Amino acid sequence: MSGGFLTLEGVRKEFKGKLAVDRFDLEVAPGEFVSFLGPSGCGKTTTLRMVAGFEHPSAGTVRLAGKDVTFAKPNERNIGMVFQSYALFPNMTVAGNIGFGLRVRKESAAARERRVAELLELIHLPDKGKSYPYELSGGQQQRVALARALAIRPQLLLLDEPLSALDAKIRVELRSEIRRIQRELGITTIYVTHDQEEALSLSDRIVVMSAGQMEQVGTPFEIYNFPKTSFVAAFVGTLNQLHCTVADAGSGAVAFNGQTIRVGSPIQFAKGTRVLMMLRPEELHLGEEGGDNRLSGKVDTVTFLGGVVRVRVGLGDSNLTLDILNERTLRLPTVGEQQTLSFPPHACWVMAEN
Amino acid sequence: MTISTAPAPLAAGPPVSAAPARGSRLWSWLAFLVVALYFVLPLVATFYWSLRAEKGVLGFEAYRKLFADANFLPAFSESIVNAVLAIFLSLLIIVPTAYWVTLRLPGLRPVVEFITLLPFVIPAVVLVFGLIRLYGRPPLLLTATYGSSRVVLVCVYAAISFPYMFRSVDNGLRAMDVRGLTEAAQGLGAGWGTILRKVIFPNLRVALLSGALLTFAIVIGELTIALFMAQHTLGPYMAELTRSKVYEPSAMAIVAFAITWAAMGMIAYISRERKQM
Ligand SMILES: Nc1ncnc2c1ncn2[C@@H]1O[C@H](COP(=O)(O)OP(=O)(O)O)[C@@H](O)[C@H]1O
Ligand SMILES: [Mg+2]
Repeated sequence: MSGGFLTLEGVRKEFKGKLAVDRFDLEVAPGEFVSFLGPSGCGKTTTLRMVAGFEHPSAGTVRLAGKDVTFAKPNERNIGMVFQSYALFPNMTVAGNIGFGLRVRKESAAARERRVAELLELIHLPDKGKSYPYELSGGQQQRVALARALAIRPQLLLLDEPLSALDAKIRVELRSEIRRIQRELGITTIYVTHDQEEALSLSDRIVVMSAGQMEQVGTPFEIYNFPKTSFVAAFVGTLNQLHCTVADAGSGAVAFNGQTIRVGSPIQFAKGTRVLMMLRPEELHLGEEGGDNRLSGKVDTVTFLGGVVRVRVGLGDSNLTLDILNERTLRLPTVGEQQTLSFPPHACWVMAEN
Repeated sequence: MTISTAPAPLAAGPPVSAAPARGSRLWSWLAFLVVALYFVLPLVATFYWSLRAEKGVLGFEAYRKLFADANFLPAFSESIVNAVLAIFLSLLIIVPTAYWVTLRLPGLRPVVEFITLLPFVIPAVVLVFGLIRLYGRPPLLLTATYGSSRVVLVCVYAAISFPYMFRSVDNGLRAMDVRGLTEAAQGLGAGWGTILRKVIFPNLRVALLSGALLTFAIVIGELTIALFMAQHTLGPYMAELTRSKVYEPSAMAIVAFAITWAAMGMIAYISRERKQM
């Protein structure tokens, strides 16, 4: 079976008996932007390195453009790679760095010069060719690293946490730069990150990973709104979880602290089962206008974040977090005050208690 | 219950440390002065002595005689050539070794470090007898002619430089992101030879320079091994000079010192100028 431009089948990697990646199956379409998202140590880098050829899988195959490259050397794969540490050659100028892969390929000096100029244009650093890496800012260095990886016209672009070492502001800027360039070139890309916001905003599809396993593969919309496991639900975005008991499985109702909460659809668990009811902060409203479900509690904290105001409301042992969009006429809730929360049934879903 | 993945605020940095106390600065100046005297005084004394070859006046008579000696320049140039060859041989062995150990066999580092330290703990006399016994006998007979003995000598000098060379190279490798740079180059299509020549060697320039200079300084005047190998190099020449002359040995010392410093200055200058590519 293969239809993907890049195909990983049953890929597994052990380090001295310790499992780092297991049962990894993925097909990436040409031109697709796929992110590997997960906490530190979950095997993202290891998987990427197996695609790049820096590690060999303990089992499984890696296919690229129809060829089995499982054990091919990294310098024979024609893959562009960008590292968190930039890894620019300090002894070479920016132009030297970008042109390095072309020199290795014995391209003529003229062709090299043309290509370097083209890429400097692409990364918006047209007059930095003669600078040395240490003369550039972190963000500029990472752009150069990207240009260097792209100069060889790779069939695949791999990025391993390329923005993690940068300031928040540069990070957001460079993020959209990367996406623009990727779209412009139509290059198939795999992007490793532990930052869910990055993954959500950049990707065509996201692979959420945990402890060496794939948890879920899907579009950002699917991953955020229809998480398949509680890990995905909790790792991607902010999530409210309430410990409830199934009250009526058929009509979709759970009991919380003696109150009934309706969830949009039938529940897969028997009546009386302890379950977790989940919903996102943006689905909750202060007051009665937010939907048919009502709960009341005391305001715990109010955090002004700019565009949104995050309010935490205590409900006995539990609490709920909700986001209100900021407006200049907004009346901020005060800590300690009693508030009613409302939310629609279709915003809620139920998962097994773990 | 709420699970949030918003980043935690950064912890406050450590407090800024206070400026060093005035007393400690005084002590460091004093220490500097003592060390400076320790080095400078003998040099000045030697120089002064070397100027007194002619009775009653200070002059460069000792230097004139030294350079007029038909044996001096050949011995000197032979030593320089030996030193340069030993440095290159040492680099060719140590850099790839240290690189590979750093990249692939970090567990073997202590072992390799120990091996490179061996020339340190084996006295030159023991070393030279061992060498002659091993290489001077059939079937090798490498000490049979002057030329083949010289080859052995250069190899031994390279080995003697290992402790210094390995340390310098190892420090240099630690100062750079060996794995990242290697993988970046590999990903761009480079093989091992290209990586060593275009990425590793150029970025080790400063480290290699210090290793090379130390080797040069040790090898240029080496006596014991050269003597036993019957080589006409600077070491045996200086020993002979010390036995037979009064002022020339001092002049010789000053010349050697000046050349070493000139070489250092030149190399430092070149390495700053030549930011190629
Ligand atoms: N070279 C290695 N030797 C031994 N264990 C490794 C090696 N590389 C990674 N691991 C282990 O494999 C697991 C996954 O690591 P990694 O892929 O780097 O995670 P991530 O990139 O998601 O943070 C970790 O437990 C890590 O300790
Ligand atoms: Mg990683």
